Amino acid sequence: MAKGTITIDERRCKGCELCTTVCPKNIIHMATTFSARGYRPAILVDPNEQCTGCLLCATICPDVAITVYREIKPKATTPSTTRNT
Amino acid sequence: MTKELWKGNEALAEAALRAGLEAYFGYPITPQTELLEYLAKKMLATGRAFVQAESEVAAINMVYGAASTGARVMSSSSSPGMSLMQEGLSYIAGSQVPVVLVDIMRGGPGLGNIAPSQSDYFQLTKGGGHGDYRPIVLAPASVQEAADLMYGAFDLADKYRYIVIIAADGNIGQMMEPIEMPPQRRLEKKDRGWELTGAAGRPHRLISSIYLQSEALHQFNMHLQAKHRQIEQNEVRYEEYLLDDAEYAVVAFGSAARAAHSAVRWARAKNIRAGLFRPISLYPFPHAQLTALAQRVRALLVVEMNTGQMLEDVRLAVAERVPIQFYGVTGGLVPFADDVLPEIEKLTRLDNGAS
Amino acid sequence: MLNEHMQTVFDYPDALTPGVTHYCPGCTHGIIHRLIAETIDELGIREKTIGVAPVGCSVFIYNYLDTDFAEAAHGRAPAMATGIKRTLPDRIVFTYQGDGDLAAIGTAEIIHAAARGENLTVIFANNAIYGMTGGQMAPTTLPGMRTTSSPSGRDVEVQGWPLKMSELLAQMPGASYIARRSVHDPGNINKTKKAIKTAFQVQLHQAGFAMVEVLSSCPTNWNVSPKDALTFIKEQMLPYYPLGDYKIGDAIKTLV
Repeated sequence: MAKGTITIDERRCKGCELCTTVCPKNIIHMATTFSARGYRPAILVDPNEQCTGCLLCATICPDVAITVYREIKPKATTPSTTRNT
Repeated sequence: MTKELWKGNEALAEAALRAGLEAYFGYPITPQTELLEYLAKKMLATGRAFVQAESEVAAINMVYGAASTGARVMSSSSSPGMSLMQEGLSYIAGSQVPVVLVDIMRGGPGLGNIAPSQSDYFQLTKGGGHGDYRPIVLAPASVQEAADLMYGAFDLADKYRYIVIIAADGNIGQMMEPIEMPPQRRLEKKDRGWELTGAAGRPHRLISSIYLQSEALHQFNMHLQAKHRQIEQNEVRYEEYLLDDAEYAVVAFGSAARAAHSAVRWARAKNIRAGLFRPISLYPFPHAQLTALAQRVRALLVVEMNTGQMLEDVRLAVAERVPIQFYGVTGGLVPFADDVLPEIEKLTRLDNGAS
Repeated sequence: MLNEHMQTVFDYPDALTPGVTHYCPGCTHGIIHRLIAETIDELGIREKTIGVAPVGCSVFIYNYLDTDFAEAAHGRAPAMATGIKRTLPDRIVFTYQGDGDLAAIGTAEIIHAAARGENLTVIFANNAIYGMTGGQMAPTTLPGMRTTSSPSGRDVEVQGWPLKMSELLAQMPGASYIARRSVHDPGNINKTKKAIKTAFQVQLHQAGFAMVEVLSSCPTNWNVSPKDALTFIKEQMLPYYPLGDYKIGDAIKTLV
């Protein structure tokens, strides 16, 4: 499974909680603190690195507050076939 | 230049084309329909934007859209249609895009009839829609003048980024007169810094009439007022006839002024020193000129094809300086010179103390 | 954790301005705006796009999309867009309209724009309520649905039936692409994105009128949480407003 992560822009988040409802790993929670705009923003709590960068949270976020990253495995270098010329 | 015989509505349309009309949106209504028909033929044949809209409401909003791109755009209608356009006109005024309209006035209120009238004066000159705006309103008294005013209307609309309305009554729209049609103009298009063309290599633009903050809307309204003062300063138009030594003045616009013109001539033949003052710009109203006139004459007669709409502006200008009488006919009735002459004669008796 | 092997796979679209919207928490206008912005970016048309904003909650869309915009009178966006498109035929002109705007006060304008086959793209956000004025009955309010102007629920005997605009407009020969989509879950959001992109491509191909009706939510005026609002779309709105392609004209069969 691909590894991924997200960042949530606290300045954009209005605390609607929709991202928490679609996360398949249940690793997005609501902060107990308030943002400068007075909302409890969503935060990623992912100590076990379960996030796969699946995009569902960003897709449903009405405030485009989430950026998603995914680990791109460095492609295994194909063994070079030695050719005798 | 040779004169040609033109019908008023078609002369207005041709003059608009020669002034560089790029887009027309309208809806058929008597007695202006020949204007729309003429433009349908000419504009569709030359690939210019022409849409017969589903209503005057839609037509004026198409005009609003086209004007937002900086195009030379117009519509035309008659009184009930103008009523439907008032919403759009208010938005256009609030967005400051240049628009030209023609109103071939017919009898109201309601469906009224299709005969000539001047009863849109209040609606046109005082704003018409909601908010503090006043379109420039020009009233031709002949087919020649209709063509000439139309020809210059787009420049005027561009100059002030505002609405210009040619207010002609059904007589002017329907009658034929020999005129000299102005020449075709070539227009140079250049960006004026506000039109919507797509935000290529510049910040995006907005055409809107919304000012949510009270202070901002007040500021905008003050800006409109400053524009009105400028228009009042620069754009007053009127014609005087035999007023130099006049003791009695008739005030009339549009085709009512044609009858008044003849009546004044007949009064002169009867040794009554009468003259005619004809406002051409109904807004800006020639207020100062009438105030000055009231200091030279003994009494005024206002003649209109309504129940006394311009009369109120004349009263504002003249105040209590001299008596003002009114003669008006409605419903498509047209004042004739022999109706107006007795009214001028009444002025002289009024002046002598007889009622 | 973010590390050097990670690449951005979802980022803020260029055509969306950086500001925060005025929409209520959980309002799906923000999703639809993003989908339009992504479409504009992907098609590379930002510099030749002109939007026409409606009256209603989405009146300020011109602040959120980085394209030229005109602000129309209530319901008149299709007429205004017609005026713009007819004078600048090589620009991409779209309207964004709510249900009150498109299906009540502007019904004549939208039907005739479709009938004329205007080369316009219309994004129609249907949330079955008047949001800006505080939750009154809309032309698309469901039978039985409570609003501030149908306090006992919409009684169709008294207040009439909701309009199905996609079904209606699909009858117009001038309509090239008419689709209804929903934004109640990520899968449907992605389908909505595809439809919006198609609706812009229709215009790029000058193939006539295109509209995407998007079932969207109004948690504030429906008096439910954002999550329950999406459930309401799924359970209450979808049965009355079935999703699907209502018109795919011959000229655009290859696009869809």
